[in-house]
Amino acid sequence: MTDNNSKISRNKKMTQNIAFWSFRILSITVVGILFWILGFILVNGAKVISWDFLTQAPTDGMTGGGIFPAIVGTLCLMLGSVIIAFPIGVMSGIYISEYASNNCLVKVIRIMTNNLSSVPSIVFGLFGMALFVNTLGFGDSIIAGSFTLALLVLPIVIRTTEEAMKSIHDSFRVGSLALGATKLQTIWKVLLPMAFPNIITGLILSVGRVSGETAPILFTCAAYFLPKLPTSIFDQVMALPYHLYVIATSGTDIEAARPMAYGTALVLIGIVLIINLIANGLRRYFGNKVKTS
Amino acid sequence: MEKILMLSGFITSFTIILIVIFLFREGAELFNSSNVEEGYVLAINNNNPVNKINPEKIMDIFDAEITNWNEVGGVNADIRVFRFSDITKYSTPEELGSNFENIPEVLSNIVSAHPDIIAYFPEHYVAEDFKGKILANGKISPASFFGCTKWYPTAQPSPQFGVLPLFLGTLWVSIAAILIALPFGMAVAIYLAELAGSRLRKILKPIIELLAGIPSVVYGFFGLVVIVPLIQKVFGLPVGGTALAGAIILAIMALPTIITVAEDAIRTTPRAMKESSLALGATHWQTIRKVILPYSVSGIMAAVVLGIGRAIGETMAVLMVTGNAAVMPKSLVEPIRTIPATIAAELGEAPSGGAHYQALFMLGCILFLLTLIISISVEFIAKQKHKQTI
Amino acid sequence: MINISAKNVDFYYGDFHALKNINLDIEKNSVTAFIGPSGCGKSTFLRLLNRMNDLIDGSKLMGDIVIDGENIYGRQTEVVELRKKVGMVFQKPNPFPKSIFENVAYGLRVNGIRDSKFIEQRVEESLKGAALWDEVKDKLKKSAFELSGGQQQRLCIARTMAVSQQIILMDEPASALDPISTSKVEDLIYELKRDYTIVIVTHNMQQAARVSDKTAFFYLGELVEYDNTDKIFTAPSKEATQNYVTGRFG
Repeated sequence: MTDNNSKISRNKKMTQNIAFWSFRILSITVVGILFWILGFILVNGAKVISWDFLTQAPTDGMTGGGIFPAIVGTLCLMLGSVIIAFPIGVMSGIYISEYASNNCLVKVIRIMTNNLSSVPSIVFGLFGMALFVNTLGFGDSIIAGSFTLALLVLPIVIRTTEEAMKSIHDSFRVGSLALGATKLQTIWKVLLPMAFPNIITGLILSVGRVSGETAPILFTCAAYFLPKLPTSIFDQVMALPYHLYVIATSGTDIEAARPMAYGTALVLIGIVLIINLIANGLRRYFGNKVKTS
Repeated sequence: MEKILMLSGFITSFTIILIVIFLFREGAELFNSSNVEEGYVLAINNNNPVNKINPEKIMDIFDAEITNWNEVGGVNADIRVFRFSDITKYSTPEELGSNFENIPEVLSNIVSAHPDIIAYFPEHYVAEDFKGKILANGKISPASFFGCTKWYPTAQPSPQFGVLPLFLGTLWVSIAAILIALPFGMAVAIYLAELAGSRLRKILKPIIELLAGIPSVVYGFFGLVVIVPLIQKVFGLPVGGTALAGAIILAIMALPTIITVAEDAIRTTPRAMKESSLALGATHWQTIRKVILPYSVSGIMAAVVLGIGRAIGETMAVLMVTGNAAVMPKSLVEPIRTIPATIAAELGEAPSGGAHYQALFMLGCILFLLTLIISISVEFIAKQKHKQTI
Repeated sequence: MINISAKNVDFYYGDFHALKNINLDIEKNSVTAFIGPSGCGKSTFLRLLNRMNDLIDGSKLMGDIVIDGENIYGRQTEVVELRKKVGMVFQKPNPFPKSIFENVAYGLRVNGIRDSKFIEQRVEESLKGAALWDEVKDKLKKSAFELSGGQQQRLCIARTMAVSQQIILMDEPASALDPISTSKVEDLIYELKRDYTIVIVTHNMQQAARVSDKTAFFYLGELVEYDNTDKIFTAPSKEATQNYVTGRFG
């Protein structure tokens, strides 16, 4: 019996070892794939990155020069979409967490927000084209692109605002109201300042999302090649992700444009990395501050 | 002020409604369009018994796939295909007139002279006393849109909008992607939730977040320059842009979603339940397999469905690596084309307001509905939690 | 006959000194109650007896715990084998998301038993032993979640018994139950004494007095007093014990 027992026990242990080691190997593979992608882009892109690459317009049918107009365009779109999405998203988040008392209503709003966040980006592109470009007559422009991208990241801003407000303990609300402050004053003077760090973190993450989206801007603002920088919000712009797409898949000489593509991909990843670092850093910085205060 | 807050509270609902209105308004127009290119007509000889040819057959006739009238319900005679540009073969420049003012008359004569002809020319060249039969233009029917297996949106004279190959292509790569991603995703989720120490977790979580943050076009680019040539070499294919390449890239992209959601689900297992399994002499692995996984199965299902949803809607990466052939998917090592990739690739070239443009919006509607169903079913699955028995 | 023996046991969670120099012997086929205010270390000590605290990061044990003459923290000890011998019932009833039958059969199956006749027989014996058989014999295939809280807790006891363990540790097994279910569980504990050594942690002084032969009073990580239950409740030798059992603190 004891012999049999120890045999079973050994078997159990062996199965466990096999299972756990395969988990470890698969997990290492996943991390390996990530580093493969990053490393591949980094090694090939680093050769191209230079001051000129970042500050010059493309030349020679996209095979030379730099990506300056695309960087500027992407910055315009990031800024534009944030200006639109931030106030609306924050207000919406405040409404959901502080005002919408009716449970059924909140449920509807939440389902709608979830649904909006699961709508594929190409559908936003179609919609943006139909509404902003054609119906409202903005044409292919920064403003049409910014509105489209703003709708795309709206759910992120709403959700982070809602969560940030919800995480504030009720005693602050009651305390402020007990001093005779109105609900609006309480939100404005007490809750918003407290929720601010988390809201900003959400905002930064949504900016990161905007910087990499291609499908929504395909038909709303992106230009294949523009020799000059945009001068108004009704101009078309070049944008990094779209630029990468076109020089990787079409153009006069794809092979000759490859180095440019590696460089563009590296800049894109760089933006995402920096934004992630900032968001994490802020989270930690504010997290410590809240704890010590 | 409070009114403004309330208004912005409904902004997402409002946006969804607007999306539905704009997409469906454009998309539904498709079923009002003629199944022959706008502004053109098809004409046959008066003695030809055929009165109607369905659009798919029209395309086959002009592609010389169908060459005999008896295949479309006529007599046994070869079909003579006449395109407008052929007019110079059938007539001299003098006959057409110096300002081409005689074209209608010439066309009329050509059609009446050849009993076996099918002619395709602009509508405004139909003479008042046209001596031939103008085939009635049908409308594009929902049945042909959803049932037809051919997507040739620029075919002349009869473009084919069969959504089936695109729809199946989308499902094909998405499901393949999930099947590839699932073992990896589950392994990482279990590893993170059960095996990794807190220090390792603190390193791994941001890495996975980073994986989620990389833009899809960068994944597409990586796929294009690394995965596609690799597949071409390994399988000895003429082209590397295949469903498999798309599935691999989509799998990598779906990983963060699957990992995060599945890990959260695994973590919801009550500590005491886990401990009582261990207290009965089960190993950690037996506890994971027999208690923790069954307990979190609904969350894991939600992770899978969410992952499929992400994959279905993904555009750029798929567009860059799947080879984009709108054919019915048969294997993983052949090019296919998905719905989002089709919209992205073709919308730029489709004239606004035309049937092709409307068809692309209809594709957008289908995509929207698909993801809506998925996102609602995720909510439904998540609610099923803790009710199940195994 | 001594079944469990702890010698000079110290236990730390990180920097926190949770148990201080515990020495304790528990006899076979007896019921021993651990009492004391929250955070006194009684549950921690209980969980040491089947190495449940192994799962906690940064914990550290010093001293020896010997069960049946074997140091359970020794190098040769298989923790899985130990837990087959030393079962545990938790505060909240926590059946697995499986049928009633499968809940009881679980411990047998994970220990490699495949003989379905034997499993059926064991399940029936265990359910009878836990005084649950008559209530569930017609719905063995139903989900365990359909049972009442008290039934679920007796199911968890049956689940432990099925692995034929010698020692059952109970961590406040009745604190989440109503009075009627509680008395059923207490009756069961009394019955179980014939075949098992039982250690029970409880907040409820009356319960300790009703079910146990011996009682150990823990306070601030120390074992203050350990004696026959009658003595602890009627004539304790330490003042702290006196204060606690008469309800002056805790």
